[in-house]
Amino acid sequence: MSEYRGVDYYLLDDLLTEEERMVRDMTRDFVSEAVMPIIGEAYENAEFPLHLVPKIGELGMMGANLPEEYGCAGLGPVAYGLINQELERGDSGLRSFVSVQGSLVMWPIFAYGTEEQKQRWLPAMAKGEKIGCFGLTEPDHGSNPAGMVTNARKDGDEWVINGAKMWITNGTIADVAVVWAQTDEGIQGFLVEKGTPGFSAPEQKRKFSLRASVTSELVFDDVRVPESNRFPDIKGLKGPLGCLTQARYGIAWGGMGAAMACYDEALDYTLNREQFGKPLAGFQLVQQKLANMVTEITKGQLLAWRLGKLKEAGKARPQHVSMAKRNNVGRALDIARVARDMLGANGITAEYQCMRHMCNLESVNTYEGTYDIHTLILGQDVTGIPAFE
Amino acid sequence: MKIAVCVKRVPATDTRIKVGGDGQSIDTAQVEWIVNPYDEFALEAAIQLREAAGEGEVTVVCLGPAEATSELRKCLAVGADKAILLKDPEAASHDAQVTAGALAAAIEGLGVDLVLCGKLAVDRDQGQVGVLLAARLGLPCVTEIKALAVADGMATVERSGDGGNREKFEVTLPAVLTCDKGLNEPRYASMKGIMQAKKKPIDEVEPQLGSGLLDVKSLELPPERAAGKIVGEGVAAVDELVRQLHEEAKVL
Ligand SMILES: Cc1cc2nc3c(=O)[nH]c(=O)nc-3n(C[C@H](O)[C@H](O)[C@H](O)COP(=O)(O)OP(=O)(O)OC[C@H]3O[C@@H](n4cnc5c(N)ncnc54)[C@H](O)[C@@H]3O)c2cc1C
Repeated sequence: MSEYRGVDYYLLDDLLTEEERMVRDMTRDFVSEAVMPIIGEAYENAEFPLHLVPKIGELGMMGANLPEEYGCAGLGPVAYGLINQELERGDSGLRSFVSVQGSLVMWPIFAYGTEEQKQRWLPAMAKGEKIGCFGLTEPDHGSNPAGMVTNARKDGDEWVINGAKMWITNGTIADVAVVWAQTDEGIQGFLVEKGTPGFSAPEQKRKFSLRASVTSELVFDDVRVPESNRFPDIKGLKGPLGCLTQARYGIAWGGMGAAMACYDEALDYTLNREQFGKPLAGFQLVQQKLANMVTEITKGQLLAWRLGKLKEAGKARPQHVSMAKRNNVGRALDIARVARDMLGANGITAEYQCMRHMCNLESVNTYEGTYDIHTLILGQDVTGIPAFE
Repeated sequence: MKIAVCVKRVPATDTRIKVGGDGQSIDTAQVEWIVNPYDEFALEAAIQLREAAGEGEVTVVCLGPAEATSELRKCLAVGADKAILLKDPEAASHDAQVTAGALAAAIEGLGVDLVLCGKLAVDRDQGQVGVLLAARLGLPCVTEIKALAVADGMATVERSGDGGNREKFEVTLPAVLTCDKGLNEPRYASMKGIMQAKKKPIDEVEPQLGSGLLDVKSLELPPERAAGKIVGEGVAAVDELVRQLHEEAKVL
């Protein structure tokens, strides 16, 4: 089989700078060489490939859009998006790790944290020496995080946290958790370190999706953290939502990465597999599927690229991000399902990628705002009428 | 320690080569270009030596078309300090003498302690440039090295001789060494490296081109491979398979 070269039907490479192409190609090579050979088995065994983390850190993929003074690369939004695209071509679990670390933990420390918090965590997290997780969702509060019950009470120079979070990526392996909790002054963010008395992070097992990723509960039983672990200046839901806007941006690119992997695999497979005396790709029904896939991929790529440019110009609104996350992950899921079908029986095995991507994308479609929650966000944006409640 | 590394822009190794209309060159329309993989071993070796010494300068030198700046930029992102492009739209058509002459003229003035090349470029597979370059520069040359250490103005190198013998040489510097797979594991460019690369210089220089001594008369693709054949299944087929490999394919 020839080397994976992505999908570029509309010559969108011409829209990228040399630097952006280099970032993309380097990440692609890394995924081809270090991820593809091991990811099928890691997925089967429900193991996150932790051994890749130092390498990902050395290459500067975590928090790559944050500035150099904190040990990061200072990449622009498009280059950062392309990293996500290529990582998710490998596996959504790996991309989730990098999204959580970079967008949901490093980014809020950078945007909301004190200088001391930044110095302490950002360089170490960029290198992958420290791992972070982001605790917003609770067992009874998913799409509606405003209703969260986890709370923090001030006691002298300390805060006392009680409650529980659920579905938290990286939880069990994290050295630090960004935890959002109700306080007298609204929702606030705290850094809770591994090993703090009363804090535990048991792993959630038996997943059919994102198997090569750690998902955990976070349990807080009178957990005491110093005042210096609080984000000083951000209050209310806009704190966590600001982080989500960052992560969703990367996911919009990531979705297309998974879609491209599935299309590439389905195209290669149907060109080489013969039934009824000719390659499957020679039948009209199969061609229609391929034509639909490559069209949706091209549209999704354009959406992601344009969003990157809007972000670069400071014009991207959270609703723009919602449109790209919703569309690109939704279409990626459709494409993965169709690819799975096109590979016949082989499509259900770990020898091929499409079913792994398909199962992964079910999570990606749900987390960071479900498909329908983004529908409501767009609906409110165009009509001015909120329909959430 | 100043090191020059010669790099070439070549078609990716999985390119389906098409012969151009003239029958003498490759049709480059659909080709993806890469840094010649053996040159990546040379570059990695140079960067490792500079890192070990804690000082020095690695210059990558390329005879190539204007587009080769993207391969040079990649070398800078991996860790080279500067690049020289001997810009020539006809670079692909020269014979090894002309190429080695142009590289020698560019490297001569640099005052380097070491010149590293790949053992061959995967486009033509000839492996002549490194050796001819050493001759032009009047420097010692060891080809196809798989190990390299430098101390006190000497390089200790190892290469595989015939039949898998390991040969070890000491060579005084400056020298020209051509690098083989196994010498090291080339690193990826890091994000920071990519960001720094745009600030590093690529000098574009008019190459000094001698006249060629070789002309390509024709290029042909190898004949289509015959379809495979299934001799039988399981242990029962072994005897027949061995017989056919021996008598028909004549490989045993
Ligand atoms: C693998 C994985 C990893 C995750 N990682 C993290 C993490 O790191 N950190 C974190 O905080 N969270 C994480 N999550 C949680 C994720 O963000 C939530 O699952 C998500 O927000 C949805 O919440 P829920 O599961 O409670 O679903 P619910 O909110 O109960 O939604 C169920 C269904 O109802 C629909 N629905 C809900 N409200 C409405 C409405 N008003 N109108 C119409 N339809 C509605 C939804 O669209 C959905 O289809 C992760 C989830 C998964 C699966």
